[in-house]
Amino acid sequence: MNDEKLIQVTDLKKYYYPKKGEKRRNTDSQSVIKALDGITVDINKGDVMVVIGPSGSGKSTFLRSLNLLEVPTEGSIIFDGTDITQKKDENGNKLDIDLHRQKMGMVFQHFNLFPHKTILENMTLAPIQVKKVSEQDAKAKAMELLERVGLADRAGAYPSQLSGGQKQRVAIVRALAMEPEVMLFDEPTSALDPEMVGEVLDVMKELAHAGMTMVVVTHEMGFAKEVGNRVLFMADGKLLEEGTPDAIFNHPQNARLKDFLSKVL
Amino acid sequence: MSEWFTGLSQDFQQTFIDANRWRALLSGLGITLKITALSLLVGIALGILVAVIRSTHDQMTAQGNKNGLLSFGNFLCQIYLAVIRGTPVMVQLLIMYFVILVSSTNTTLVATLTFGINSGAYVAEIIRSGIMSIDKGQMEAGRSLGISYVKTMRLVIIPQAIKNILPALGNEFIALLKETSIVNVIGMKDITKWALNVQGRTYQAFMPFIGIAVIYFLMVMIFTKLVSILERKLNNG
Repeated sequence: MNDEKLIQVTDLKKYYYPKKGEKRRNTDSQSVIKALDGITVDINKGDVMVVIGPSGSGKSTFLRSLNLLEVPTEGSIIFDGTDITQKKDENGNKLDIDLHRQKMGMVFQHFNLFPHKTILENMTLAPIQVKKVSEQDAKAKAMELLERVGLADRAGAYPSQLSGGQKQRVAIVRALAMEPEVMLFDEPTSALDPEMVGEVLDVMKELAHAGMTMVVVTHEMGFAKEVGNRVLFMADGKLLEEGTPDAIFNHPQNARLKDFLSKVL
Repeated sequence: MSEWFTGLSQDFQQTFIDANRWRALLSGLGITLKITALSLLVGIALGILVAVIRSTHDQMTAQGNKNGLLSFGNFLCQIYLAVIRGTPVMVQLLIMYFVILVSSTNTTLVATLTFGINSGAYVAEIIRSGIMSIDKGQMEAGRSLGISYVKTMRLVIIPQAIKNILPALGNEFIALLKETSIVNVIGMKDITKWALNVQGRTYQAFMPFIGIAVIYFLMVMIFTKLVSILERKLNNG
């Protein structure tokens, strides 16, 4: 584990204002929803960071902010030396968020495979369209990845023909096909039938062991303990406790964390 | 009974065969089909453009990002939709021919533009409903892979949207085909004009008008069949 910082998040805030024109003013009025209320954390290369917390705690918003699917209200996210929350990069050029998103793979709770395309087409779409990889190379790479998750024989199938677990495995390798530097997982097993959770977690474990930097929002405490090297506990949009799995699960300090753990463990 | 049949066959002879009237009918049919097909293309292109501007604007506004250019585009689109949907297509055709393109004698161009622009307004709203029917996770998945907004629209959202709205789109095109029957007001010799001409010459009304009604009906049936074949093909994919 090296300490090279991949993503530096500083004082990240995401506020929802109920009415137009109320922005910036009245930030402390009760009508403002603070989905993220000042998150500061560094994500290092090779980290497997697991984010836990009660629902509505802002963990998904935090994850989705990292690749700007949610646009933060305040704060900075420095990724590969560039603050991606700004409209311009350090050289004054217009910031191309698509370029940064290519380096951040994302896996969604509801898979979000493209239903009108085959598994293989799902995987080759972005490499061909964005990275301008030749169709042949993209296909070869996709087949190699499908082989890795045991789905090479389903390459020609459509997403609707796959089980939930298979869909999520495809979603993971679809993101990997872009060769990202970090993978973001947004509750990847929450929409799965219980018997399919294992196969998806296995793929994620293998990925972690291969050294992939991962940020995982999950309710799978077993995964957090076993695979994570850092665990964040969030509640009410705040980062309340951070530590190793051992520290978080065996020696929790924060009262909210203790309460949360007593309910889920 | 047999008298009635004899009368009918005489009518038929007079309406379709005498003076080679079937030739004029065929060329009228060509005009009807040509205007419909060309307007269809204009309508779809315009419809997609307007729908994308409108739904992109709506999405950006929902996210709290306002874009001046987009807001202006959306404003123009709304005026376009209001004006086109608020006035009869026949009036639009007359205005296009006698006011806007008064210097043009190309009636095909006038009719194509009028029906295309008219149809575009309806198609735009149909496509917009299609775009809105697609789960927002699809856009997020595309964007998270680094695909641009426009490309995600083109490669991921629109193809799925088209599939969902095919029945409504088919409806719109059937309406378009039938609406072209008013082009005779700018002097085009489509099949409706043909029937009016035949009536003027032969004093027959039954055969020419029932005749073109059957022709319109058959064209709509064929078109409906084509749409349902396309629908089935897309559903397999």
